Amino acid sequence: MSEGMLIGFTVLLPVVGAMAVLVLRATPNMREAGTLFAGVATFWHVLGLLYLVQEGARPRLELFEVVPGVPIVFEVEPLGMVFALVASFLWPVTTLYAIGYMRGHHEENQTRFFFFFAIAIAGALGVAFSGNLFTLFLFYEFLTFCTFPLVTHHQTEEAKRSGRIYLGILLATSVGFQLLAIIWTWQLAGTVEFMDGGILAGTASVGVLSAILVLYVYGVGKAALMPFHRWLPAAMVAPTPVSALLHAVAVVKAGVFTVLKIAVYVFGIDLLQTLATTSWMAWAAAATIILGSLVAFTKDNLKARLAYSTISQLSYIVLGAMLANEMGIIGGGMHIAMHAFGKITLFFAAGAVMVAAHEKKISRMHGLGRTMPITFGAFFIGSLSIIGLPPAGGSWSKWFLGMGTLESGQLGLLAVLMVSSLLGLYYLLEVPVKAFFFKPPEGSHHHEGIHEAPTTSLIAICVTAAATIALFFWPELWYDLMTMAVSGTGEVAP
Amino acid sequence: MTALGLFNYWAVIVLMMVGFYTLIARSNLVKKLIGLNIFQTSVILMYVSFGKVTGGTAPILVEAAHAEEVGETAEAVGGVGAEVVEAVEVAGEAILYSNPLPHVLMLTAIVVGVATLALGLSLVVRIKEAYGTIEEHELLDGPS
Amino acid sequence: MSEHLPALLVVVPLLLAPVAALVGRWKVAWAVAAAACWWTLYASVSLLQRIRVEGPISYELGGWVPPYGIEYRIDLVSIFVAIIVAAIGAVTIPYARTSIAKEVEEDRGPLFYAAFLLCLSGLLGISVTGDVFNVFVFLEISSLSAYSMIALGKDRRALTASFQYLIMGSVGASFIVIGIGLMYVMTGTLNMADLAVRLPEVADNRTIPVAFTFLTVGITLKLALFPLHLWLPNAYTYAPSAVTAFIASTATKVSVYLLLRFFFTIFGETFSYEAMQLDMVLMPLSIVAILAMSLVAIYQANVKRLLAFSSVAQIGYMVLGISFGSVLGVTAGIIHLFNHALMKGALFMAMGCVMYSVGSVRIEKMAGLGKRMPWTMAAFVGGGLSLIGVPATVGFVSKWYLVQAALEQGSWAIAGVVMVGSLMALIYVWKVVEVAYFQEPDPDHEIREAPLSLLLPTWALVAASFYFGIDASLTADVATQAAETLIGGIQ
Repeated sequence: MSEGMLIGFTVLLPVVGAMAVLVLRATPNMREAGTLFAGVATFWHVLGLLYLVQEGARPRLELFEVVPGVPIVFEVEPLGMVFALVASFLWPVTTLYAIGYMRGHHEENQTRFFFFFAIAIAGALGVAFSGNLFTLFLFYEFLTFCTFPLVTHHQTEEAKRSGRIYLGILLATSVGFQLLAIIWTWQLAGTVEFMDGGILAGTASVGVLSAILVLYVYGVGKAALMPFHRWLPAAMVAPTPVSALLHAVAVVKAGVFTVLKIAVYVFGIDLLQTLATTSWMAWAAAATIILGSLVAFTKDNLKARLAYSTISQLSYIVLGAMLANEMGIIGGGMHIAMHAFGKITLFFAAGAVMVAAHEKKISRMHGLGRTMPITFGAFFIGSLSIIGLPPAGGSWSKWFLGMGTLESGQLGLLAVLMVSSLLGLYYLLEVPVKAFFFKPPEGSHHHEGIHEAPTTSLIAICVTAAATIALFFWPELWYDLMTMAVSGTGEVAP
Repeated sequence: MTALGLFNYWAVIVLMMVGFYTLIARSNLVKKLIGLNIFQTSVILMYVSFGKVTGGTAPILVEAAHAEEVGETAEAVGGVGAEVVEAVEVAGEAILYSNPLPHVLMLTAIVVGVATLALGLSLVVRIKEAYGTIEEHELLDGPS
Repeated sequence: MSEHLPALLVVVPLLLAPVAALVGRWKVAWAVAAAACWWTLYASVSLLQRIRVEGPISYELGGWVPPYGIEYRIDLVSIFVAIIVAAIGAVTIPYARTSIAKEVEEDRGPLFYAAFLLCLSGLLGISVTGDVFNVFVFLEISSLSAYSMIALGKDRRALTASFQYLIMGSVGASFIVIGIGLMYVMTGTLNMADLAVRLPEVADNRTIPVAFTFLTVGITLKLALFPLHLWLPNAYTYAPSAVTAFIASTATKVSVYLLLRFFFTIFGETFSYEAMQLDMVLMPLSIVAILAMSLVAIYQANVKRLLAFSSVAQIGYMVLGISFGSVLGVTAGIIHLFNHALMKGALFMAMGCVMYSVGSVRIEKMAGLGKRMPWTMAAFVGGGLSLIGVPATVGFVSKWYLVQAALEQGSWAIAGVVMVGSLMALIYVWKVVEVAYFQEPDPDHEIREAPLSLLLPTWALVAASFYFGIDASLTADVATQAAETLIGGIQ
């Protein structure tokens, strides 16, 4: 199979999986086996591409031109590889989890659920492998629309309202700002191709380019930079596997990935350093980090707390991009992977509590850890990673981000990172602490008869928790990929 | 030419305004159609005035020789319509014809006007059957 | 035969119209109309191929040499519009068979198909003719048949809508005739190419700006540019579904073509934009059209009416592109002309399916249709996405060019207006989607999916709106060339 074919096949595989779901809808077991198989196969193909990328190749697949000069192009480069690896690895794991969750929770319309789930993964892979801004935008919007049925899965009035916020904010930012910036880029640079060293350098005055940067950063609504973050808590109305994979991994990471990619391949680090708005955006991200953590404090609903934690953590990556130095980019890229594994573990655990104990509120989880030790143990590990403590993967990305702030001399930003970690220490660890060490309320029997979550879900939780720890001991893969991504940036564009 | 010398154009403008006013101000649908028709008639009158050449006769071919002469001169000048007048003057002795083209065009316009009026009236009949009235304000206020 | 193709393109449907009326049998009349529609599509496509090879075609009607005789002059712009008209006609006619049978009384069937063919031939005639008075004649042929088709709607309000359209349409046409007359009296010619040569010589005379003004008002009335759009919403709402789908995607588009022809080919962009400052009129009006009409669309309870107001807004996009007066802007206008025909055709056809199965297109009657009529509503979502301008749909391609054209002029705010318009489209499309997918269907009403004969044409347009959104190189190419011809004048 040629390299180009391999890319096309990888992006198409989830779609094939989605079709299999439709065909096999009559027999749920076969249906789920179908998605699981497609998931494993997709991951396998991504590994094949990883091998090529590690060799230094950049597989490329150029399809037809949409409008003259603007083709649909896929190109696998190290940064995209990071995102693709995370998304494609976690898809089958989440499927495993979803099987237990959806059945345990007696959800309706499971065929539609698994169908759009697979389609969404195809969208995420499309974003990861996109070779120009247009392709990126195409799959970005595709991802928005195909996750809408997942967010509004329950079709209730609440789901409808949340769906409005979800679609409204994501489209308003992407159409209002991002598309404008893309067309502007096309007008200025005459190309929308991603190139090492960027394409915008020298095409317009610093003022105009600074404005475009702001348009891009706020235009990527999926990165959830405040004040365009409201869609993420709204999306929590979805079933937990959706929140776990899409709103902790695929969709939000597509957002921050876009920011990183635009920073590295459209502006280029050198140009970014000269723009006035780069540090403004860094501070906007810093503000989101702090505010997100503070809001997370106030939330008693576990999923809502995790959502605000995600908002806060996503801005770490935006911050990394806006530091405009190698360490910052490396840290940001690694944080895509580290945060993904940690946060998905947390969401899995939250969902497991919902299935097993039908409990959403943290204040009512006292003592639950004794009946569900595996779930809350995993939650503990995930929390460590998000806070950035060893032995969990998150400590590495935070380390590099901290180095990045030092390199750029922004001690204030370093302080922000520290404060946010301290806040995380409290709002995340509160959950396992209460679950393990607090006694259930006197005279209540609502914990009786509660067992651990369904077996398939437990397997998934253990896998992600183990992976979170493994990432602490073996972070080389991500570090190497990110080094490859930034090392290309010094070169002159062809 | 003085302003009064263009009296037929004044007539066109007055008719046009009368028609337009009726069309807008009247509530009765038939009166609206009458207004529309007056409006269209004014356009026809305007075109007919365009074609009139002072002192010209009806554009019927009298003598072949003259006609050829006129034709040649007209071609030499390189045009039709208003420039035919010029051509005719150059031809000197030739008979002065009015320009026939606007009249021919208006034959078409009249046909169009009749068709429009017929369709409009038949719609009014159907509206009367369906609503029981042809007054616009009653149509709008009435139950839908 | 092929040398007479330009004339036959118009004459064949014109002559078959009385045949359809006279055969008296519903199905035979349909067969005649269908044959005519499909033939015109074939003819226009083969003309396009000829033009791409040989350049513009000039056909002398009756052998009279232009500028004395009537000339049919077909260049890339004309044939582009003619193909849109013929293609929409060819897709609508199979749709009409089922839809009209349900919505129009049976004895009027043959008459309907006669009117349909007349309308088709009139619209095709406008796009191919090179004679300005001929434009008026074809305009009236298409308009009169359109009035009568609209009046066939079952709701009695169709009659008043048709009457209103008749009054406003006739006034518009009369304004156009006045403009044509004033041009004639100054230049002595009716031939477009000839006019283009002679007008600059007399451009200082005050008659020419007056002619220009009459033409502008007349044409903008016909193309329903805000605030002269008042006839449109009612006409689109109460006409039979197939008629709405056809007229919405063709009639206003042909008027936009007329706008292009008169302003660029005949008056020339120097006169239109520098002497007359056309952009100062068109730009504000189209911006108001986009914003105000999208806002009005949001509050409509009848989905066909909602789409009609959206049409007025979308016409604003086309005129906005044209008002820039640049190659990029006109390209955007022309592309959107084609793209909007596809998506609005698809959307109105989807509403026709709803009308067929539910008997109403009021928004509250559409509760739960996502489940009951999955294919119809999926088509609606597909067309709606295009209206919003999601990438991989034709709407996106239009926006891509339009925003580029705006940025090229440095008009920030206008690029912003285009984006705000898309977001408003999101609101009104999603309003329908939410009702169809989030509300439970009425259990007392048994609603079935529309028949295949309605779904296939609908989906053909939906598929086209995705195809030309993913691979727009053909349309972009033709539109760019067409814009260059228009701006460069007649070579």
